[in-house]
Amino acid sequence: MKIIVCVKQVPDTNEVRIDPVKGTLIREGVPSILNPDDANALEAALQIKDELEDTTVTVLTMGPPQADVMLRECMAMGADKAVLLSDRAFAGADTWATSNTLAQAIRKLGGADIVFAGRQAIDGDTAQVGPQIATRLDMPQVTYVQDIKLEGDTAVVQRQLEDGYEVIEVRMPVLLTAVKELNTPRYMSISSIFDAYEKEITIWGLKNLGLGEGEVGLKASPTQVKRSFTPDPKGKGEVFTGQPKELVSKLLSQLREKHIV
Amino acid sequence: MSVHIINEKCKGCTKCVKSCPFDALKMEEKLAVIQDNCTSCGICIEACTFDAIYKEAEDRKTKDLSAYTGVWVFAEQREGKLTPVVIELMGEGKKLADEVGTYLGAVLCGKGVDGLAQELIRYGADRVFYCEDDLLEPFTTDSYAIAISRAIEEYKPEIVLYGATHIGRDLAPRIAAKVNTGLTADCTKLEIDPEDKKLMQTRPAFGGNLMATIVCPDHRPQMSTVRPGVMAKAEYDPKRTGEVVRMSISIAPEDLRTRVRDVVKSLGETVSLTDAEFIVSGGKGIGGPEGFKLLRQLADKLGGSIGSSRACVDAGWIDHAYQVGQTGTTVKPKVYIACGISGAIQHLAGMQSSDTIIAINKNENAPIFGVADIGLVGDLYQIVPEIIAQLDE
Amino acid sequence: MRLTPQQEMVRKLARDFTEKELAPIAAEIDETGEFPRHVLDKMAKAGFFGVKIPREYGGQGGDCVSYAIMVEEICRASGVAGIYASSPNSLGGAPFMLVGTEEQKRKYLPPTASGEIFMCFGLTEPDAGSDVSNLQTTAVEDGDYWVLNGRKTFITGAPIGDVAVIFAKTDSGKGNRGITAFIMEMDQEGVSVGKPEKKMGLKGCPTGDIIMEDVRVHKSNMLGERGKGFALSMMTLDLGRIGVAAQALGIAQGAFDAALAHAKDRKQFGKPIAKIQTIGFYLAEMHTKLTAARLMLYEAARMVDDHEDVSMQGAMTKYYVTEKALEVVNTALQIHGGYGYIQDYPIERMYRDIRVFPIFEGTNEIQKVVISGGILRGAK
Repeated sequence: MKIIVCVKQVPDTNEVRIDPVKGTLIREGVPSILNPDDANALEAALQIKDELEDTTVTVLTMGPPQADVMLRECMAMGADKAVLLSDRAFAGADTWATSNTLAQAIRKLGGADIVFAGRQAIDGDTAQVGPQIATRLDMPQVTYVQDIKLEGDTAVVQRQLEDGYEVIEVRMPVLLTAVKELNTPRYMSISSIFDAYEKEITIWGLKNLGLGEGEVGLKASPTQVKRSFTPDPKGKGEVFTGQPKELVSKLLSQLREKHIV
Repeated sequence: MSVHIINEKCKGCTKCVKSCPFDALKMEEKLAVIQDNCTSCGICIEACTFDAIYKEAEDRKTKDLSAYTGVWVFAEQREGKLTPVVIELMGEGKKLADEVGTYLGAVLCGKGVDGLAQELIRYGADRVFYCEDDLLEPFTTDSYAIAISRAIEEYKPEIVLYGATHIGRDLAPRIAAKVNTGLTADCTKLEIDPEDKKLMQTRPAFGGNLMATIVCPDHRPQMSTVRPGVMAKAEYDPKRTGEVVRMSISIAPEDLRTRVRDVVKSLGETVSLTDAEFIVSGGKGIGGPEGFKLLRQLADKLGGSIGSSRACVDAGWIDHAYQVGQTGTTVKPKVYIACGISGAIQHLAGMQSSDTIIAINKNENAPIFGVADIGLVGDLYQIVPEIIAQLDE
Repeated sequence: MRLTPQQEMVRKLARDFTEKELAPIAAEIDETGEFPRHVLDKMAKAGFFGVKIPREYGGQGGDCVSYAIMVEEICRASGVAGIYASSPNSLGGAPFMLVGTEEQKRKYLPPTASGEIFMCFGLTEPDAGSDVSNLQTTAVEDGDYWVLNGRKTFITGAPIGDVAVIFAKTDSGKGNRGITAFIMEMDQEGVSVGKPEKKMGLKGCPTGDIIMEDVRVHKSNMLGERGKGFALSMMTLDLGRIGVAAQALGIAQGAFDAALAHAKDRKQFGKPIAKIQTIGFYLAEMHTKLTAARLMLYEAARMVDDHEDVSMQGAMTKYYVTEKALEVVNTALQIHGGYGYIQDYPIERMYRDIRVFPIFEGTNEIQKVVISGGILRGAK
């Protein structure tokens, strides 16, 4: 079985803070990590590999040269091959352009029985690239996958809903996006770290993919960032005294205004 | 718009490098150089005190977009009921349609949901585009993507809004790729640029630490998935009338590549403390273990968890698993309601990063009021039942 | 010192593992004295027990620097976890890697690396601590067997040990050259284990006596040559110094991190105490000691990897790093103020854990004997 896992190196946004005085993002000291949902996707692929003989797992990423450390980590977890799509031309891509680039790489790799991706990246937070890759490859998709079983050439997956889940059957090839409830990603091992650094990472640029400059990166992105800003810091709180009925109605009206309830 | 450095103005101060959320700036021989992973967010432009960074608009062929009119809302429905976010989208959609000067439409898919079409009109839709087919019930990505893409191609709306629900976030990117347009995810604010009538979509990124305003200048429709619970709901007018456009979409069974075998609803499961969006927490002031019964009622109503200060755990009123604080668990919920908690430093250490902190305490000098966004001075045994009662209204 | 990308990734693995698996249970292990089996299994799976054991013997085939990194990271959260991680690599595995026959290596190294067996290092006796040559355990030849009689004390892991390397006197009157090492299965007839000691710290890995009453060990289980046991124990301890220093460094670094966090949080006199110069200076001193200690440790580890004689450097590293570590942990506790005395705060456990480090695996006094001896011989 051929499995391709789309992964992304992201800043650990759970560690990012905002300077309360300047209102700027404090990025310093925030490490770059393998996107958490992608780790779940990779683990799912590796679990299939553990069970099924003759399975190859290839990790694929579009990123800067330093993303190679993340690919090594994926190989240290057990991935067989790694492909890095890196080119100046890919910069500034929105999800349309990113999915175009990744889909082309998947075609060049000869497709796969399962394309795994994480549900969303913790920096972009869009959850769009997976489904858009599936559309371009004319593959069915199931998102928010929290459980997978294979029955011959059919995948039987649990798709998470807000209030429960659906059990869905789909014939492979299929694209699946993973949520954290799917599994617990395995640790690397010391020897696999050394092995991972012995392997070669395939690096492809624009020319290798056979795409035109207008099909990737900023040039190909329908959406653009007009401006970015850090959210307003919280102002000082208010303390109210009075009768319970009044107090609560003040509370709820404030909360409703802020769309908290 | 790509970001560029004016080398002559760059003083090598590294302020931009430190400001970049994506680590996309590096110093090379005392000059800042933009790396491949730049997302054009523009934060560095503001950080640079020497005006050495600017954004350049790309030279693009302007397409004729005048054929696209109308603001559409994807009327997500499950089992014959409109998902609540749809009502919010109708309200927001109406506001946008009025500013642009166009009609508000809704696109509805399913089987036998004519009633919903009428409901949408009463919520403000001028036209409802109704795709009815056996294969559109229940929702599958393939059938809905086919139906809505064809509707978009035929009727050319300029804006389409989807709720950022599990369905919406599964479906919208598929449609965006099919009709070749841009999509912005999880928007919390939508505005119309008064100059060019284009949609400005603001959304959180970076785990909520960064807000970005996105535009889709040359592709149509401009599409957004919108975060539920943010926009104001539409008014319901039972006397309102509108048009229902019945669409004939041909979908073949082979087009559907997934099959729903089963749907399982989750029974009210206990929410874990660290995952809870709402935490109702109790301190010494609740007076005894029974106090947690009341707090649990409120927590259940909000779909959250209960928590506790150390005092209650030490007194044996509740298990250590619920302890929030320095020697307990650190939490970051959307809302933290501290009931009868004085606010000792060790407790604050465990919850002060909560988005909204509400404190209820008899003592107006309790330190907890120093970190609370909203503080209520009073008896929690009167206030908490009142909250439960008023939430029911 | 520059670390290779592989070594940085080993650090990342150890750090992630420690944060997720060890930090949350460190306090409970200390309280109950029990180390969960499933966590030991996970450590084995990540390769921690066999870093320095060659791949052909079931190990990870890693270098000494990676080993030091791994041990330090683990000890930042749990000193006793570091004992479990270093023991198979160090006092457990080293005797076999130094002098073991091919058969002995193939039999005992793979299960040691996989965590299947716990290998004890049976050297110390009630009357033979620093004075190793005073050991009283005897091994008397009887046909194809050696009969062991004696008592070992303070043996790490004895109550849970599966196999032990026992140093016994085979030839009296020959001094150190009369000591020989033997591989002894702990479930043999005549082997018993004393009650686990109630230790001050490093709770979670039991320490106890091994009592041998007419234990019959086959001559194929002699480890190394007859009369070369003392030399083997010294070589093993030389190598073991790196692991011990790494552990002490880890515990001290963990203590420093806790003290720093506390100093930033704790407000007195209107500001965080970190802003008060006394505390700031403490932090500066601690950080400098830790940095210097780490450099010494990495150099010693690098020397091992480059097959240089590490006798002097190892002794200096062990003595210096453990002494500084003790100072750092002590100051870290002081910075915590009254909270440092309360068992809810990890620093209290770290203070108890660190105290044995200037003592075991060769007291710092003995290290100085080694160092001064080397200086006088003209060694560097």
